[in-house]
Amino acid sequence: MTAKPLLAPGAARASTMIEFRDVHKYYGDYHALRGITATIRAGEFFSLLGPSGCGKTTLLRTIAGFEGISSGVVLIDGKDVAAVPANKRPTNMVFQSYAIFPHLTVAENVGFGMRREGLAKEALASRVGEALEMVGLKGFGARAAHALSGGQRQRVALARALILKPKVLLLDEPLSALDKKMREQMQVELIRLQRQVGITFILVTHDQEEALVMSDRIAVMFEGEIAQLADPETLYRRPNSKKVADFIGTMNFLPATILSEAGGKIEVTAKGFGAVTLTADQAPGDAAGTGAMVGFRPETLTILFDGQTAVDRESMATIEEVVYYGDMTYYDVKLDGTETATRISMRNVFGRPVLDIGTRTRIAWSPGALVLFR
Amino acid sequence: MKSSGLRIYTIAYLIFLYAPILLLPLFAFNDSKVIAFPLSGFTTNWFVEMWADAQLRNALKNSLIVASSAAILATGLGIFAARATTRFSFPGKGPILGLVMLPLVLPEMIVAMALLIVLLAIGIPLSIFTIILGHVLICTPFAIAILSSAFQSLDQSLEEAAYDLGESPLSTFRLIILPLVMPGIISSLLISFTISLDEFIIAFFLGGSETTLSVYIFGQFRFPAKVPAIMALGTILVLLSISLLASAEFFRRRGLARSGTKNTGGFL
Repeated sequence: MTAKPLLAPGAARASTMIEFRDVHKYYGDYHALRGITATIRAGEFFSLLGPSGCGKTTLLRTIAGFEGISSGVVLIDGKDVAAVPANKRPTNMVFQSYAIFPHLTVAENVGFGMRREGLAKEALASRVGEALEMVGLKGFGARAAHALSGGQRQRVALARALILKPKVLLLDEPLSALDKKMREQMQVELIRLQRQVGITFILVTHDQEEALVMSDRIAVMFEGEIAQLADPETLYRRPNSKKVADFIGTMNFLPATILSEAGGKIEVTAKGFGAVTLTADQAPGDAAGTGAMVGFRPETLTILFDGQTAVDRESMATIEEVVYYGDMTYYDVKLDGTETATRISMRNVFGRPVLDIGTRTRIAWSPGALVLFR
Repeated sequence: MKSSGLRIYTIAYLIFLYAPILLLPLFAFNDSKVIAFPLSGFTTNWFVEMWADAQLRNALKNSLIVASSAAILATGLGIFAARATTRFSFPGKGPILGLVMLPLVLPEMIVAMALLIVLLAIGIPLSIFTIILGHVLICTPFAIAILSSAFQSLDQSLEEAAYDLGESPLSTFRLIILPLVMPGIISSLLISFTISLDEFIIAFFLGGSETTLSVYIFGQFRFPAKVPAIMALGTILVLLSISLLASAEFFRRRGLARSGTKNTGGFL
């Protein structure tokens, strides 16, 4: 008898868990999903990110089986699930409202999906116990579900879904009802849980920070379409449109003129920066008809203090607004030769003063941090 | 003072509302055939006399059969209607619901006459069964109103969660929806029962030779000697109504406590 070969982590990651092929969904005349084509890998933490009404929840519900699709194909683990009802799919969902059954105890809630497995009472109790322990609710089994706090309900909902060992766990804005502190704590716990169980997690959220913190990959959705699908770093550093750049974090934009383009090099002059040479991979972006623009994140610019010199390039600017955040200070500055304010975020260092409005200052920047939208 | 004026108004209002009802037990225990003050002495004879009346016992039996059947049928129909209107949207939903709720405001006289004409035309003999039909018609809107609010307060994701966890639509209904709307169902049963029990016009028109309690009581008022026994019966009915209403409210509140939802007002 030969032992089953253990699946190498890399191998598991490479296989596809969910595939959308040109999925469309209409509600009457309303076109909610407009040709979604994407794959979600087995074992990854995947997020659907977008403003409300962008179709992210609809897309999640098509995986769960709560929404049918108008055309296209949805494959779960290689199987077309068009004819598979929600109660027969290898997916489980954590609902935005948690949907904890109020008339049952915590243990009855968690064990709900196990009823049909026909386990003996003790075996069921120990499985429920394990699941509760996994989400940090050991000993809560006998409590009435309606007496729990928001965070505890969330954990019960997680345990109830994970106990069935689904192939995919669907999370519909699970943290939106929690306060900031609780939300941050649950973010970390969700990541830990996902690594522990190795199940594919698909999270729907409108909170870009949450998506960046938690996800292996993110699909940014606008108006029923995926605008960009990438890992968090690529999304942040190389957004493929002004719209995505605006939605994820803060990005400054300055008008630019493209001088020449040859051999993977793009010569550009941008207001405030002068002439710069960009590489082709720095121009993934669609300006959506506003004319060419260079974009850059607030932390890629640095205010130079006395004695400091720029590693790369240097410009002059006037400070127009100062916002002090304790660990950070945000400066809105006008680079010489520009009309609009540019935001710079600086980490506050002990012993270094916060600059006043009106101060003339040198700014260090690097062409590598610019993104061209055209 | 403004508040004392309002207080007098409130007290007068309550006296007008309830004093007549208080007269029932007063005369039910009064040792005189004449309903008049002063009271002459205490007796429980009228209750004994009331119970000895075979006609009354028959009317009571009829009433209980009619009221229980009407309550169960109306609540059953109400469950379907409430589920359909709160969960699904379909063409003509508004007008259909309007028509279903219409008996709530339609004069009972008209309902009774129309039903009588139809029943006679198609040749169905008048009996307890025809009274039940009429009562289902007038109880169903109440049942729908009560059950709709019960179904409405159900979070739809509870159903989806049960379905997602592997249950069929039917077992989801049994395991999740039914227990959560049960207080509403019990309320609906009790209210329908009470409405049917004291309904007069339909019972009078459609009963044929069968009488319910309300019709019997009305008939007995022609005989002054019977009035004290009627008072005794009335006393029992008052107590019965209060306990039915109280238990309806008890179940409603227990349901709220169980599901942890907010009390949004009830009957008591």
